[in-house]
Amino acid sequence: MVLDSKIPEGPIEKKWTNHRFSMKLVNPSNRRKYSIIVVGTGLAGASAAASLADLGYKVLSFSYHESPRRAHSIAAQGGINAPKNYANDGDSIYRLFYDTLKGGDYRAREANVYRLAEVSGSIIDQCVAQGVPFARDYAGYLDTRSFGGAQVSRTFYARGQTGQQLLLGAYSALSRQIGAGQVIFYDRREMLDLVVVDEQARGIICRNLKNGAIESYAADAIVLATGGYGNTFFLSTMAKASNATAIWRAYKKGAAFANPCYTQIHPTCIPVGGEYQSKLTLMSESLRNDGRIWVPKKAGDLRRPNEVPEEERDYYLERMYPSFGNLVPRDVASRRAKEMCDNGFGVGPTKTAVYLDFSDAINRNGKKWIEEKYGNLFDMYHEITAENPYKTPMRIFPAMHYTMGGLWVDYNLMSTIPGLFVIGEANFSDHGANRLGASALMQGLADGYFVLPYTLPNYLASHSFKKIFAEQPEFKEIFSAVNAGTKKLLSIRGKTTVTDIHRELGKVMWEDAGMGRNAKGLKHALKRIPEIREKFWNDANVIGESGSVNLELEKAGRVADFLELSELLAADALHREESCGGHFREEHQTPAGEAKRNDKKFAYVAAWEYTGAGRKPVLHKEPLKFEYVKPSERSYK
Amino acid sequence: MNFTLHIWRQSSADSEGHFETYEARNIPGEASFLEMLDILNDSLVTDGKEPVAFDHDCREGICGSCGMMINGRAHGPGRKQATCDARMRMFEDGQSITVEPWRAKPFPVIKDLMVDRRAFDRIIQAGGFISARTNAIPEANAIPVSKPAADEAMDAAACIGCGACVAACPNSSAMLFVAAKVSHLALLPQGQIERGDRVQRMVAQMDKEGFGNCSNNYACEAECPKEISVTHIARMNREFLRAKIYER
Ligand SMILES: Cc1cc2nc3c(=O)[nH]c(=O)nc-3n(C[C@H](O)[C@H](O)[C@H](O)COP(=O)(O)OP(=O)(O)OC[C@H]3O[C@@H](n4cnc5c(N)ncnc54)[C@H](O)[C@@H]3O)c2cc1C
Ligand code: SF4
Ligand code: FES
Repeated sequence: MVLDSKIPEGPIEKKWTNHRFSMKLVNPSNRRKYSIIVVGTGLAGASAAASLADLGYKVLSFSYHESPRRAHSIAAQGGINAPKNYANDGDSIYRLFYDTLKGGDYRAREANVYRLAEVSGSIIDQCVAQGVPFARDYAGYLDTRSFGGAQVSRTFYARGQTGQQLLLGAYSALSRQIGAGQVIFYDRREMLDLVVVDEQARGIICRNLKNGAIESYAADAIVLATGGYGNTFFLSTMAKASNATAIWRAYKKGAAFANPCYTQIHPTCIPVGGEYQSKLTLMSESLRNDGRIWVPKKAGDLRRPNEVPEEERDYYLERMYPSFGNLVPRDVASRRAKEMCDNGFGVGPTKTAVYLDFSDAINRNGKKWIEEKYGNLFDMYHEITAENPYKTPMRIFPAMHYTMGGLWVDYNLMSTIPGLFVIGEANFSDHGANRLGASALMQGLADGYFVLPYTLPNYLASHSFKKIFAEQPEFKEIFSAVNAGTKKLLSIRGKTTVTDIHRELGKVMWEDAGMGRNAKGLKHALKRIPEIREKFWNDANVIGESGSVNLELEKAGRVADFLELSELLAADALHREESCGGHFREEHQTPAGEAKRNDKKFAYVAAWEYTGAGRKPVLHKEPLKFEYVKPSERSYK
Repeated sequence: MNFTLHIWRQSSADSEGHFETYEARNIPGEASFLEMLDILNDSLVTDGKEPVAFDHDCREGICGSCGMMINGRAHGPGRKQATCDARMRMFEDGQSITVEPWRAKPFPVIKDLMVDRRAFDRIIQAGGFISARTNAIPEANAIPVSKPAADEAMDAAACIGCGACVAACPNSSAMLFVAAKVSHLALLPQGQIERGDRVQRMVAQMDKEGFGNCSNNYACEAECPKEISVTHIARMNREFLRAKIYER
């Protein structure tokens, strides 16, 4: 396997422009002769499918949801970044590039990050044109706010429902193309494998979730926009069905998996209540703009928050990071919260929470002002906890939230399998070891609207394609394998529910490969994961049959993949003997407890190659070069 | 907490359905309604019985996947809630709870509590968009939008496409859902050019799907988890009339 990042020559601000000019074009009248499969209809998938259809390609779009609008992107709350500099506070493409690279702890490619910053302004233009109702000021112009880890006001938002509104925009563009017959949408289909013919990705095998039929689809190129793998940890802020199956099976077909250990823990979630809990709810980090985080100065303080006088409160982020205060990046805020709880300062019934207090902001600006900005988040908190956050501080704790790792892609967003493109959270490309707030939406839409529509046609124009049929041997072989896989799951007929096994895996991952990692814990995880996997294949209770709706079977297939991916995640975390961004190895920290990188040894992308069942994956390294930004200690003091 | 559940079971679209009774034991009050069903399903699976099928995903009231009639109310007794937002502490210990799928002709049952809501997507496909091609667009701040218009558009755009309005309506009317989208786009300057065409195409598709007429019952607004206001229906009617006049 050769990792060629295909970064174009030239100065960084010219790379993308030059590259666009040098790419080959497909004649408009030839475009309809090409078909493209896009799996996923989140921000990345919907924007890509709509844009490719706009250009005239025949697009086949797939989702395990019934409607494209239900993709997990819908849940994003806080906002989307763009360096429009409307706030006139010194923002620029270069500054967004710099912030994103630094935020990612210098573990991303400069060229990719620069391009992301460069095209992100157009995303806002596009969304406004689609009718996305972004927040506006009284003059009718777009409003922005500053968001986790940024000192400029560059985050555009639509109340606390930014993801929903952006997705509905992309969904409307996609719907227009479906209505026009340019996109065929296959609902309730789960991609279970990839078909590679003559070393080109040429098709997918799906299960029709309504009747259980296994189906084959062929095309000239395949795009995976299938989201992140955070549910490996069982409890996360991801939607329940979010899973890694599409990227994992592509990995097993030869696509390198990059940086699986780069996972992000979000600092402001509602703490875990009990065993019954099925997922964790995020409280948007925009809340940190106006909320102040604190714990009592005295460990084990049992008083109610309102009874703790001002001078007995420790606003620890403001104390430790005077210039960023409550707005330090997610990894820093999360680790500090965990540390506070580990040292006995935690609050609430389980003692694993810290306060997020709005009383100052309410006193300063009034309740109505807060309501307008965060009303729906406050309601959500109230609903879940039965506590009124206008009156008593919220209790928050970190939770698994986002995965920076994903399938390796080159500058053109193509994986190591020719013709297989990966976009959105499913790829590894732009966030390095840590993602800044409001930049996942930006990346998903940048990939889908403004990068892939250029790079994928270039691939089509520079390759020749044999006519293929979903009946030919390459398809039939994988079709049978998928069928057999389904039968195998249904033949276990054990006693432990799939959910219990998933929960068990999640506990191991959270404790040993979560926020604080060390060699001992990771080795423990690497011992436990195969045990749990064995338990799954011997004792999982997968009920029902394959020929109809079977939610347990769907769950089982996804958990089977998490049980493999988790092992790669832990192995990657163990091999990376440094701390960077969301990957915190306790052995590698500065005296002040900050992440300590080792640029000499680890300034590379770790791309893992699958070598067969039961064999160790092979590590390939893509060195990272920094010509524009000199890596330094990521300080937010 | 303990509950007696009467749940609609139907193995496929064309089979007959029926109610089955289950006992849900030791349910924490903090558990959500869907987590209560998870607990029930885990016990069914353990006993070798088929679990109850229902749609869900985000579990935070935003994706619009979940939706059940709970004791005859769309999304249950709470206001401003999707089914996944409901918590068991809202119910009384020992209470009987009846759980059914959305009942509406245009939403056929797929299995148990899962229904097919693709009719909504087809309405959007018919015209619920602004035809902005990728990149064929002006700078975002080139066209200011008054804050009140942007805010009202956002109120309408908050619809999650759950279908509770249809399920709650005695006529299975989809007016609230369609009106929310028509209103959202009609309020914005970007939506003006296609305004008349949009409303006509969406309404025609809505009728074709077999949704009923609106008889000003307003059950839709009462059950809508996102508090979409019936004033949007009035605006849609005006939009429709206006389009007809322009046509002539
Ligand atoms: C609660 C929450 C809040 C967030 N808030 C923000 C924010 O404020 N700002 C920000 O920038 N980011 C935010 N994020 C992150 C951001 O929302 C996601 O990273 C982003 O939306 C991912 O988009 P995507 O298109 O890559 O994937 P998704 O939206 O996850 O879409 C995946 C799609 O793939 C489909 N799919 C997956 N696997 C298969 C398969 N095997 N077969 C068929 N279909 C499949 C799914 O059906 C779905 O359509 C938030 C995330 C969470 C969890
Ligand atoms: S209008 Fe309300 S009830 Fe109807 S689909 Fe939209 S959110 Fe659901
Ligand atoms: S599960 Fe998403 S709205 Fe209820």
